[in-house]
Amino acid sequence: MQKGLAQPTIVWKLPAEDIDTLSALPKLAAKILVTVLIGGFLGATLVRLAPGFGVDEEELDARLSDRSIQALRETRANEPNLFVFYFRYLNRLAHGDLGTSRTLQRPVLQLIAERLPETLKSVALGLALGWSAGFLLAVAIVMSRAWLLDLLGSLLVGALLCLPAAVLALLFVLAQAPARLLLGLVVFPKIFRYSRNLLARSSALPHVLTARAKGLGNMRVLVWHILPTAAPQLLALLGVTVSVAFTAAIPMEALCDIPGIGQLAWKAALGRDVALLVNLTMVVTLVTLMANSASDLMGRTFRTSEA
Amino acid sequence: MKWARTTAIVFLVAVSAACLLANVIAPASYAHQFREETNASPSRQHPLGTDDLGRDRFARVLYGTRVSLLLAPAAALLTSLLAAFVGGIAGFAGGRVERFVMAGTDLFLSLPWLFLLITVRALLPLNVSPIVSVLITFAMLGCLGWAGAARIICADARALAQSDFILLARASGSNGFRLLWHHLVPNLKPVLYAQFWISVPVFILTEANLGILGLGVAEPLPSWGSLLRELESFSTISGQAWQLVPLILFILVVSSFHLVLTKGELPV
Repeated sequence: MQKGLAQPTIVWKLPAEDIDTLSALPKLAAKILVTVLIGGFLGATLVRLAPGFGVDEEELDARLSDRSIQALRETRANEPNLFVFYFRYLNRLAHGDLGTSRTLQRPVLQLIAERLPETLKSVALGLALGWSAGFLLAVAIVMSRAWLLDLLGSLLVGALLCLPAAVLALLFVLAQAPARLLLGLVVFPKIFRYSRNLLARSSALPHVLTARAKGLGNMRVLVWHILPTAAPQLLALLGVTVSVAFTAAIPMEALCDIPGIGQLAWKAALGRDVALLVNLTMVVTLVTLMANSASDLMGRTFRTSEA
Repeated sequence: MKWARTTAIVFLVAVSAACLLANVIAPASYAHQFREETNASPSRQHPLGTDDLGRDRFARVLYGTRVSLLLAPAAALLTSLLAAFVGGIAGFAGGRVERFVMAGTDLFLSLPWLFLLITVRALLPLNVSPIVSVLITFAMLGCLGWAGAARIICADARALAQSDFILLARASGSNGFRLLWHHLVPNLKPVLYAQFWISVPVFILTEANLGILGLGVAEPLPSWGSLLRELESFSTISGQAWQLVPLILFILVVSSFHLVLTKGELPV
């Protein structure tokens, strides 16, 4: 490089929408942290107030002397205060220790690590199927304006909305259908109904009618005029459907014998293993919050770039 | 779609009447066992046959439907009242109160419903009677379902609080409880009504999910959850189509609740 010549300075300038999204990130992270902390406190309160709290199966061990049993009770008696209990819980949590499952006699963290991938796989597949089928059917109905297709779609969705996820799971077992598809069926009617109404509303907007009147093709009207209007609300629905899928995973995994966290939660509920249940609730809350925040951020970015 | 709505209402009234008259219509009590007639086929004495414990299935369907049809609306009423209280006050007060209350509502909405329900259910003592278990199950549903409705009511209450007629009422000396009770609440009635009708099928479906998982109403009291749980005995279904009657009735009742609300009253 020649001496005396000023070096060009490269300034990386982010677009306005990226700055807006980035500035929202710490706020969202703080919101997630506060929610999880409060949720954890509520969970710890539940564990602390549970009827079986303070009673340990170890006390029934015939090999233990009276002094040992007394020592065990004294250890637990040191946690009388709810706040102290929660603080210790958080401390253990910070060290990656979520406690031990009373019913399965295994570390909770290990159980969750083993089973979460199974549930995530089912949820991802269910969301992909539900969204593709629901959204595509809604688009087909709104764009074709075929009343028969609309009627058939509405009847199918109406019937699916009347069936509890547990009944669907039983029917899947009966029909020996692949159980992982079930979450798709649970999510599908919600996506279809919401997106159909949203797209129908967007397609009736004056600028869309004008575009149609000017002779624009169906695909162009959809991609350039209808979808941009409906996209932020559809993105917001993405977060909600994650929560719906996780909730439906409990009956699906319990009845179709899939070893995920839904089945774990069911077993924990039957065995009254509240500590395990609370930790599972926290994990699902965290995943749901992250999905909601991600869809919120995407929606915000989309709105900003649209503006 | 007025005819569909009318049909749905007539059907719901007929089913409710049949369930309320279960003591008269049913051939036996829901818990009575005909031990010589277990798993019997439909007959004049047992129109839907008997289950594997010899209990009359028709009686159990009637009593189970009564449990769900009485308690799901009660839970929905509780939810609507809680949502009206929380959302109404937040929207009316505005400012920091609204932000604080809505942050709490957001927290509640983030918690996965069914996980929370089974956690609370697992905390209950083991020795509760079936009647107490059914009351607790629906009370839990009522207490946990208010958050979504509260957000909608808060938004409506906020819009109303800023409207001209409220401003006029304030200028006329109306304030506080009077303003809330005489002006805000009557105008929130349509939203509350819609939220009530939306909540009823949701609670029926949730109870059915809990019942099928064995975490709902305790035996021998029947509920739709425990009735639908019979579908687990798959091998017998192919030969016993009448076992599907509870499922068909369930679908008809839930879809009737969906049809009660007109399109204009439904959220997007």
